[in-house]
Amino acid sequence: MSAIRRTSPVLAVGKYAALAFYLIFALFPLYWLVKISITPDKLTYTEGTALWPSEATLSNFSTVIFQTDFLAYFGNSLIVSLGTAAATTLIAAGAGYAFSRFNFGGKRLIIALMLVTQMFPLLMIIAPIYKIVAAMGLLNSLTSLIVVYTAFNVPFATFLMQSFFDGIPKDLEEAAMMDGCTRFQALRKVIFPLTLPGLGATLGFVFTAAWSELLFALMLISRNETMTFPVGLLTFVSKFSVDWGQMMAAGVLALIPSCLFFIFIQRYLVQGLTSGAVKG
Amino acid sequence: MTTSGQNSTATSGISRAWRSAYMRYLIEPYLYVGPAVALIGLVMLVPLTIGISYSFQAITLLKPGAPEWVGPENYAALWRDAKFWLALENTFWWTLGSLVFQFGLGLGLALLLNTQFYGKRLFQALVFLPWAVPTFLSALTWAWLFNPVIGPLPHWMAALGILSEPYNILGDPDLAMWGPIAANVWFGVPFFAITLLAALQSIPGELYEAAEMDGASSWQVFTKITLPFLAPMIAITVMLRTIWIANFADLIFVMTGGGPANSTQILSTYVFTTAFRKLDFGYASAIAVALLALLLVYAVLLLAIRRRFVKI
Repeated sequence: MSAIRRTSPVLAVGKYAALAFYLIFALFPLYWLVKISITPDKLTYTEGTALWPSEATLSNFSTVIFQTDFLAYFGNSLIVSLGTAAATTLIAAGAGYAFSRFNFGGKRLIIALMLVTQMFPLLMIIAPIYKIVAAMGLLNSLTSLIVVYTAFNVPFATFLMQSFFDGIPKDLEEAAMMDGCTRFQALRKVIFPLTLPGLGATLGFVFTAAWSELLFALMLISRNETMTFPVGLLTFVSKFSVDWGQMMAAGVLALIPSCLFFIFIQRYLVQGLTSGAVKG
Repeated sequence: MTTSGQNSTATSGISRAWRSAYMRYLIEPYLYVGPAVALIGLVMLVPLTIGISYSFQAITLLKPGAPEWVGPENYAALWRDAKFWLALENTFWWTLGSLVFQFGLGLGLALLLNTQFYGKRLFQALVFLPWAVPTFLSALTWAWLFNPVIGPLPHWMAALGILSEPYNILGDPDLAMWGPIAANVWFGVPFFAITLLAALQSIPGELYEAAEMDGASSWQVFTKITLPFLAPMIAITVMLRTIWIANFADLIFVMTGGGPANSTQILSTYVFTTAFRKLDFGYASAIAVALLALLLVYAVLLLAIRRRFVKI
């Protein structure tokens, strides 16, 4: 039966047709983004819907990089995303380690609370957060974004880190503690090197999430100097909605950091998203 | 009193080192978990409580004067608000439409990835790529694809006879919702594929071998082995994803802003536009509480149904 199934030409063709469909569906929108970004302005309207432009140019990229504020937005987003990723990973590593190695009073309650934070509409707290941040005089500051994003990402990152710690045998740090290390020393010297891939994956996930956050950034940032990339791009789109090539060039640039991190965390996707973690 | 006094003299008899070690054992877990709990408490749970209290206040940044308590007035206004009911209906169609296509295509992709073919690793990396694209960029890209000036989709749809002429469906109240749904499906298929693929790989191979020996057809194998094994995973993933999609405002906000004529306004975008554009925090919080209540009812219902039909 299986021999017949494996050699059946109809099924084989169907399978490769399905593979091609998924590939085109996934990549075509991104291809289009790149295509418009390298189309010269004068051809946008005449050849806007052609599959490949008759001329290609990189001038849209140089305009975006050198003549607009995008480099500043890019830098702001980089600061926010890296700050969030570092703070989240540090805090989540602590909590994940505690969940993995200790039994303590209130553990179930804390886990339940963390799960709840993944379910309720985050927009519910956008007004209180705005009022609190405004009262502290931290509107338009990147620090407030980092604090807020870190809190949003800690629950998911904690469950991710817990799954990585669960994969490291307890005996290792127990042996180190027998030899006179405190638990923290054992953690730093023995466990930390082993969990580097896990830390890297968590950094990547959180960086990607912080890089794409839009709505809280819109609410908390209104000054041009501290705008993150999503806010800057959206402002740009609503102001100059006809500079297609430049907008898409900016879009392609925004794609680069996410893609770099994606290549890095790709291996951990299946492992990470299924180990009790629930966030997309 | 006396017993506690005796206790303290008894413990001081035990060596001090032991006691400090015991204290450390008790306290240590909280040192590791403490920062996470403090942060989540201060930045999420306290504002959540404040947000619920806002829904009982008249609190608008544009109007001067201190906020005042108005009791259930915001909810009464919500009940009379036609826009709220429309947003509720739209939330249902947005969630259902996105979920059906994400799940169908995700399951298909997971089944494909569970077979062997040449170049599988590269294929997997490429089809999962949309998951890594920032949401605001997915939204903009799809908005541009639907734009007849620079996007091919309206022309293709006109050629296929779906549209009478190539126009932007995002401007058509009857069709606009399909734009954000398309973007959401594109963005969400990898998530379903990843989750279902992990579940598929946990099905014991012996079951398939036994079915093969008994001469079962592919369809029988799929409905009698694969689906029943996937069912618990499907139930939990669909439930979580429904909640996530219903809360997901970014795509619609960027692509249509809820328009035209509120035809794509869902509850979460209504919360955001009320808070962000009108700065009416009281009313926005009331909508958000209503959304939360609906999601809770949904989760309880689904868990009850799951307990009844999926026996594990």
